[in-house]
Amino acid sequence: MKRRDFLKSVSGLAAAGALTPAPAIWSAAKADARSETLLIVSESGPNNLDIHGVGTNVPGYEVSWNCYDRLISHEMKSGPGGVPYYDRDKFKPELAEDMNVGDMSVTFKLKKNAKFHDGAPVTAKDVKWSLDRAVSVGGFPTFQMGAGSLTKTEQFVVVDDNTVRIDFAKKDRLTIPDLAVIVPCVVNSELVKKNATEKDPWGLEYTKQQTAGSGAYKVVKWTAGTEVVMERNDAWVGGPLPKVKRVVWRMVPQAGNRRALLERGDADISYDLPNKDFVELKDNVKLNIVSVPYSNGVQYIGMNVKIAPFDNVKVREAVACAIPYQKIMDAVLFGLAKPMFGAAADKATEVAWPQPTKYFTDIARAKALLAEAGYPNGFETTLSFDLGFAGVNEPLCVLVQESLAQIGIKTTINKIPGANWRTELNKKVLPLYTNVFSGWLDYPEYFFIWCYDGKNSIFNTMSYQSKAMDEFIAGAVDAAAVGNTAKYDADVKGFVDLAFKDIPRIPLYQPYVNVAMQKNVSGYQYWFHRRLDYRALVKA
Amino acid sequence: MLTMIGKRLMFAIPSLIGVVIVTFLLTRALPGDPAAYFAGPAASKEAIEQIRKKLGFDKPLIEQFFRYTNDLAHGDFGTSLTTGQPVATEIRNRLPASAELTLLGLIVSITIAIPLGVLAATRPGSWIDHLCRVTTTAGVSLPVFFTGLVLVYVFYFRLGWSPAPLGRLDVFYSAPAHVSGLYLIDALIARDFETFRSALSQLILPAATLAIFSLAPIARMTRASMLAVLASDFVRTARASGLSPSTVIVTYAFRNAMLPVITTLSMVFSFLLGANVLVEKVFAWPGIGSYAVEALISSDFAPVQGFVLTMAVMYVLLNLFIDILYGVIDPRVRLEG
Repeated sequence: MKRRDFLKSVSGLAAAGALTPAPAIWSAAKADARSETLLIVSESGPNNLDIHGVGTNVPGYEVSWNCYDRLISHEMKSGPGGVPYYDRDKFKPELAEDMNVGDMSVTFKLKKNAKFHDGAPVTAKDVKWSLDRAVSVGGFPTFQMGAGSLTKTEQFVVVDDNTVRIDFAKKDRLTIPDLAVIVPCVVNSELVKKNATEKDPWGLEYTKQQTAGSGAYKVVKWTAGTEVVMERNDAWVGGPLPKVKRVVWRMVPQAGNRRALLERGDADISYDLPNKDFVELKDNVKLNIVSVPYSNGVQYIGMNVKIAPFDNVKVREAVACAIPYQKIMDAVLFGLAKPMFGAAADKATEVAWPQPTKYFTDIARAKALLAEAGYPNGFETTLSFDLGFAGVNEPLCVLVQESLAQIGIKTTINKIPGANWRTELNKKVLPLYTNVFSGWLDYPEYFFIWCYDGKNSIFNTMSYQSKAMDEFIAGAVDAAAVGNTAKYDADVKGFVDLAFKDIPRIPLYQPYVNVAMQKNVSGYQYWFHRRLDYRALVKA
Repeated sequence: MLTMIGKRLMFAIPSLIGVVIVTFLLTRALPGDPAAYFAGPAASKEAIEQIRKKLGFDKPLIEQFFRYTNDLAHGDFGTSLTTGQPVATEIRNRLPASAELTLLGLIVSITIAIPLGVLAATRPGSWIDHLCRVTTTAGVSLPVFFTGLVLVYVFYFRLGWSPAPLGRLDVFYSAPAHVSGLYLIDALIARDFETFRSALSQLILPAATLAIFSLAPIARMTRASMLAVLASDFVRTARASGLSPSTVIVTYAFRNAMLPVITTLSMVFSFLLGANVLVEKVFAWPGIGSYAVEALISSDFAPVQGFVLTMAVMYVLLNLFIDILYGVIDPRVRLEG
């Protein structure tokens, strides 16, 4: 009997040794912590906790989104595949209690019980100061505000302690949606002013290191490049109290390890695994996999229309006919993208963006077009891509290179490191390249202002300039502002048709956002910024 | 001795100044434009110019240099744009992480490599010699990231013996109070054995990966050096005098064979400290190598300059330390400037 007991205890010990692998939880408190904590793993982390900061990177936006409130936010609707998806047209109050849109202004009443993380009440002064800050600091935040015609501090008016009015500079359909993006977040002005210096009047150095908002979460620990730890703000009034108490976000550079962490059940969510891993994980019954197309985003092949021979529309058409579309879908993306090619020849243009072109791979036609353009034997050029997204770009470019060789276009692949990519794009000297663009505001004209307008923004990478195009875009913007649907529809169809006829850039596909999570994690929502919203997540 | 050390340090100053100038110019010569990179996804030309002005990159190069050296003189290494933190703080936090990993890896490596090398040298051509040759060849031939991934796959993913490769500590442990920055030592000082265990279990796989890689130079150097010493006259004399083989090997031969081994060790150590980027990447280790490489990729000047400068200082100190150690091991070697 004694011997048996002994054996039992020994084997028990041995089994415990084998079964509780190393994240051994010794104390009960730690076990509790685990069930209330959401562990997120991703490749890179924030470099700044404030979106108004100088050069804040995209992971930094996620912190801002979850730790700061805006006046308004979006409602949810059911998106592709039943995934909750933000509703572009429906707004809900966040810090505001009520929104009153007038002819040339909008008035917000603030929630009276809203408090910042340090307990100070959120007042109209804070809102004005924050919006002033967004339009004054320069760089990306100011530019984003400008996209909604919010450019001057005089536009933001304190009516009383709890009321703010925003005056419109001009009628613009994008003004209200632009108030619901990440940038116009409300900052604790008194706290930040206390920590501002003469050289840094907006206190950007202070908010870089800590969050000073009223949002659902606050950062309690941030080790740059390693982890961000966030805790729930139990006094949050911007919406229903989030279910997850603590969020630990760890940076795991190796994609294979992120996958292993998920499969072993150690990490709760990962959202930047390579497509191939996602496809393989789809068959894994232990995980929830969500794939949603980028809103208003397209990966494309661009051609610089100012550089011969791409100044010839026939050459551009020839390239569009020689792209191995389906191969790219299958071999590069493993089907995890929405095709933006091969629409039926008789399909009418829709009032929507992105939408598929009528191009498909047709080598014979490409050869004919190239001969017509005066290049029967083809030509030589370089094909550039951003090494920062080599996982997709490199195989894609190799496939394009192979296919173009069949019509006599010899391409040298030019790999450009992530740090140089923007610089090179800005110079507008790359003849042929692949890139991706996606706009936060999901309106066709917004995409076209950035990418096709003659004002030649950085994303008009083709240096495409066309009077007719500019007229269509301006027409659509004006029609939207006054609600003239017929004119708007005609102009949107006009610019889409023109973009496909002149084909300075060849749309390939709409990429997917891929999120993998444990079965006990639910509540994922797709947002225009494509980052995670912790407030809706639930860990059972 | 002290004057010698002082002299040596004096001689190091010109090379450090050279390092400062060269890294400054090299980082400026990189083709990337940090302003464009950090202006964000939707930046216009004006936005990029605004950023450039904020970062001070619109000033002439010479002015930037003077500002940089002036900051440096005040102990300010500048601020990293990728992580948003002061470079000096980052290096202070990350250097111990790299040092702990490298030291442990090296200790493991030494405890295996030196006996292996000595045994191989005393029995050339025997099975142990072949074993030494095979292990070391295999060790260097396998790229570190491959060894690392295989270890993770087997011991974490398949067997579940090892903790998740999530850096220095499991998610639910907090770092021990900062004393030396080495978690193992700090945890012991704080008498927090749970954290010690967690830190150690996180260290085992990456340290093993480094050890496998660094076995070869140490074992081969030990073997070669031992062979040379064992063939020398004084060993023959010692043997002829009837001393026991163990006395001959340990007391006489080994001590004399140590000098080249120490040199190799210092080389391996400083090489690993800066160059174990791949191991750091695989194990999400917040070390100094991956920090520098990430900064380089995003043309973030300040951390690259800070890293090179720190490494240069470390080299100088390490070399000095090795030279002092020479004198201890072999009294005939005198520390001279």
